[in-house]
Amino acid sequence: MTGGTGPDARSAAIEAFARRHRYRPAEALPWLAALAGYFLFPGYLPLAAQILATILFALSADLVLGYAGIVTLGQAAFFGAGAYTAGILAAHGWGEPITGLVAAAAAAALVGFLSGLLILRSSGLTLLMQTLVVAAMLAAAANQASAVTGGDDGLQGMEVWPIFGHFAFGLYGRTAFFYCLVVLFLCWLAVRRLVHSAFGRSLTGIRENGARMRAIGAPVMGRRLAVYTISAALAGVSGALVAQTTGLVALDSLGLERSGTVLIMLIIGGVGRLYGGFIGVPLYMIAQDRFSTVEPVYWYFWVGLLMVLLASFARGGVLGLIDRLWPRGR
Amino acid sequence: MLAKVRGLASALLYAVALAAAPTPASAQTVRIGVINSYSGFVAQIADEMQKGIDLYVKDHEKDLPPGVKVELIRRDDTSKPDVGKRVAQELIARDNVQLLTGVILSPVAAAVAPLTAEAKIPFVITNAAGVAIPRLSPYVVRVSFTLWQESDPIGKWAAQQGWKTAYTAVSDFIPGHDSEAAFIKGFTDGGGKIIGSVRFPPDNPDFTPFIQRVRDAKPDVAFLWVPAGPQATAIMKAAQELGLRQAGIHITSTQDLLPDEELPNIGDAALGLVTSGTYSVAAQRPANLAFLAAWKAAYGAKAIPDFASVDGYDGMAMIFDMIEATKGKFTADQAMVFFKNWKDPNSPRGPIMIDPETRDIVQNIYIRKVEKLGGKLANVEIATIPMVKDPWKALHPAK
Amino acid sequence: MNSALSAALSVGFHGLAFAMVLYLISVGLSVTMGMMGFINLAHGVFAMAGGYVMTGLINDHGAPFAVAATAAAVAVALASIPVERLLYRRLYGGDELDQVLLTMGLVFMSGAAAHYLRGPVQQPLRLPHSLGGGVELGFGEFSLYDSLLIVCGALLATALWLGLERSRFGAQIRAAVDNLRMAQSVGIDTSRLFSLTFALGSGLAGLGGGLGSNLITIAPGYALDNLVYFLIVVAIGGLGSIRGPFVAAMLIGVADSACDYLVPQFGAFFIYAMTMALLLWRPRGLFGRA
Repeated sequence: MTGGTGPDARSAAIEAFARRHRYRPAEALPWLAALAGYFLFPGYLPLAAQILATILFALSADLVLGYAGIVTLGQAAFFGAGAYTAGILAAHGWGEPITGLVAAAAAAALVGFLSGLLILRSSGLTLLMQTLVVAAMLAAAANQASAVTGGDDGLQGMEVWPIFGHFAFGLYGRTAFFYCLVVLFLCWLAVRRLVHSAFGRSLTGIRENGARMRAIGAPVMGRRLAVYTISAALAGVSGALVAQTTGLVALDSLGLERSGTVLIMLIIGGVGRLYGGFIGVPLYMIAQDRFSTVEPVYWYFWVGLLMVLLASFARGGVLGLIDRLWPRGR
Repeated sequence: MLAKVRGLASALLYAVALAAAPTPASAQTVRIGVINSYSGFVAQIADEMQKGIDLYVKDHEKDLPPGVKVELIRRDDTSKPDVGKRVAQELIARDNVQLLTGVILSPVAAAVAPLTAEAKIPFVITNAAGVAIPRLSPYVVRVSFTLWQESDPIGKWAAQQGWKTAYTAVSDFIPGHDSEAAFIKGFTDGGGKIIGSVRFPPDNPDFTPFIQRVRDAKPDVAFLWVPAGPQATAIMKAAQELGLRQAGIHITSTQDLLPDEELPNIGDAALGLVTSGTYSVAAQRPANLAFLAAWKAAYGAKAIPDFASVDGYDGMAMIFDMIEATKGKFTADQAMVFFKNWKDPNSPRGPIMIDPETRDIVQNIYIRKVEKLGGKLANVEIATIPMVKDPWKALHPAK
Repeated sequence: MNSALSAALSVGFHGLAFAMVLYLISVGLSVTMGMMGFINLAHGVFAMAGGYVMTGLINDHGAPFAVAATAAAVAVALASIPVERLLYRRLYGGDELDQVLLTMGLVFMSGAAAHYLRGPVQQPLRLPHSLGGGVELGFGEFSLYDSLLIVCGALLATALWLGLERSRFGAQIRAAVDNLRMAQSVGIDTSRLFSLTFALGSGLAGLGGGLGSNLITIAPGYALDNLVYFLIVVAIGGLGSIRGPFVAAMLIGVADSACDYLVPQFGAFFIYAMTMALLLWRPRGLFGRA
């Protein structure tokens, strides 16, 4: 924070505020790291593609949790809606990936919009319960419609066409990697724009003090609904990415475990900072991958322990830690 | 940022270490990836299968040609197809396995099969029973069983008993659907009529409402199918509590309802029940007696194997036979030619062979009845249907 | 006897038994969440622990049924005290997200620990012969164990109600649920009250988990798989009451049995739909007080 209250200090503060949204050099790091990963770890591309898709999922959760302050354990509802949409299309003759993504986003947004209409007036435990119930209902419906979704066996027979008719998805994951990278990049650009806009700033207001926002006439419900729907669309895209790059969709894409783990990945990185997912997701998934060659089930013990420690001591995640060690003016 | 750099650095170090790992120059190591469901609701059956695999390797390592070794790399699919697929991908691309084996759940096998076609890696399935799986890739061969192989004969047998009506209650996933369809075919071919069907969630604990439905329909016979393991005991308990047999309803199924390791827990409620199966601990053939002796020596006097153990054992037998025949140097296609023509007249299950056209198992199906032998319950083989091929494939020829 | 009626009776009876198990597990959650305002997603861990203790004592050590059940309740109640003191206490009145994070972390840890200690397979409840089989009740034959569950549940529910209405401890609980500040200002040691209530609630959950282990399987995934169900009972019943979870458990238990019987392919869809409708109509639950 610049000190003093003279005209120079004030104009400096205004300039700093206006400059906030401009791109900083450090923001190129994730993308450079991804490209470096492609060349350094060619055997790990399928994992890298999953990491990129999951970062998008975490980004969607960040919007709704970090920016709008909605504590949800049902984000998987949108992920699964997108995954099944893309999957069912690919299993029934339409395997074009990009239109599949669009359809998935639309389906997930619809689910987000409708459920948001119903539940966003609530708060606290009631809201949390309702997000859980929405995801659980979708999972039960997907199970019932097993003729279409494959039920407990998972969706069978997905055939995803090559992108632009040329880039096919293969065993080594090269196409999958770039596909996920490009989609993530585009979505990230959009989200970044959103949070730095007036809309994004009003979300912060709603999160911090909803009553006052209502008092000044801000359309609180409308804004919450809008961000919920956008977040749902993004989660749907990430679900579709996972479905298309693995060729599989199962009921766990709608499950509580998925909602819970994306939350923890985001919190590890730091909530409400836009980049929490970019840090938390790779850390979590790479560590899990290394661990799973040993004893995959016990991984959850250490994750659980980490969650307990984070909740008790280290609010703010990695980015919060960095802020405390290297404070910089905002 | 620091955390990210640290993460990258450690991953880099790991990659370097991996690349620098020595590949044996003089010894020939055949690397085999074993994909199993160590966690999840099928963990008990998975454990039986793993024990069978391990027993064969332990007892027959010395039979390998000189200079040839076998390395098993175990990975857990945690009962999820996407994890199974990823694990298979890693085994192929990172661990450079020459063969894949194992797999309990059919959805996992279905997810792994296309990879084997793309990467040309033979896949010896030692449990997953989904009928269509060998068609998903020319590199899949199965040594276990299909539910059609087992359920069609018991359906016919049930009709032969003079039972006119049947009700089916099965687990709602691939093997359950297969067993239901096959039983219905066998029973209706024999002149019977199906008066109702119900499916329950695969990891369902509470069978009472479903058994109630069966009871209310009053069929002559009830076909109850659950994956082998603790659920078999649970459904039999519900049947006993609701007095299914006392109400005059006969119960039948495949060996999954009365697996050998659960018979002691199910208790006398199982007496007299007839099921179809590929293996019973009570079989008296010499190969089985030798197998049981080796099993008890390795795992203790109280350990009870079941059909999954024998399937794992036979799978390794086939792989070892191939390694011996090729002296440990084989291409995927050579291995597949060997597997397609493999037979073993002396398996603990009796004579078995692979059908070269379908790459699926051909074996005796036994009709067994639960009786008391020496004070203990046992599945006693009362009839044998010799060398049964999978009927589904005959009914649904590949295009 | 009309077969539709007898089917309905049988399903209803079984549903009632299931309801009792749900009630035992959820009543503690309702009261403690109402009193402390703390989102406790890890309540299922206590039920699961009770299930493992009870099945372990019976299956491995041949302990008598009643002894195993009591041991389960007591062990879990005692074990819950340090959890509440060391972990939960720091987050009372704190950020929702932190409470969700802490308790979800406990859920994950419990699953892995259970897998490590007892393996991945579900633990069956080996009932003694005296408790297996059926009982003739005039209008039909029912499971003896179900009858036991119903009787036990009814007795405990009555005892709890009497305790809440008639005892000093119960009065203190009611005061703390209604208005924590006031309760503190009239001299109630709320911190000790929390610990005792939490222990009682967890002990009951342990008992419910143990008694109900053939209805809700004891397996490592227990706390996560059944979380939504327990929360539903509490949310529909309303926080801070013991009448609420009783009515809600009845509703859910019977509905669940009926759905399994009539429309098994839908699973719990109608339960969830019913929950959603009830929560929209009455966000604080049917008997919510907090």
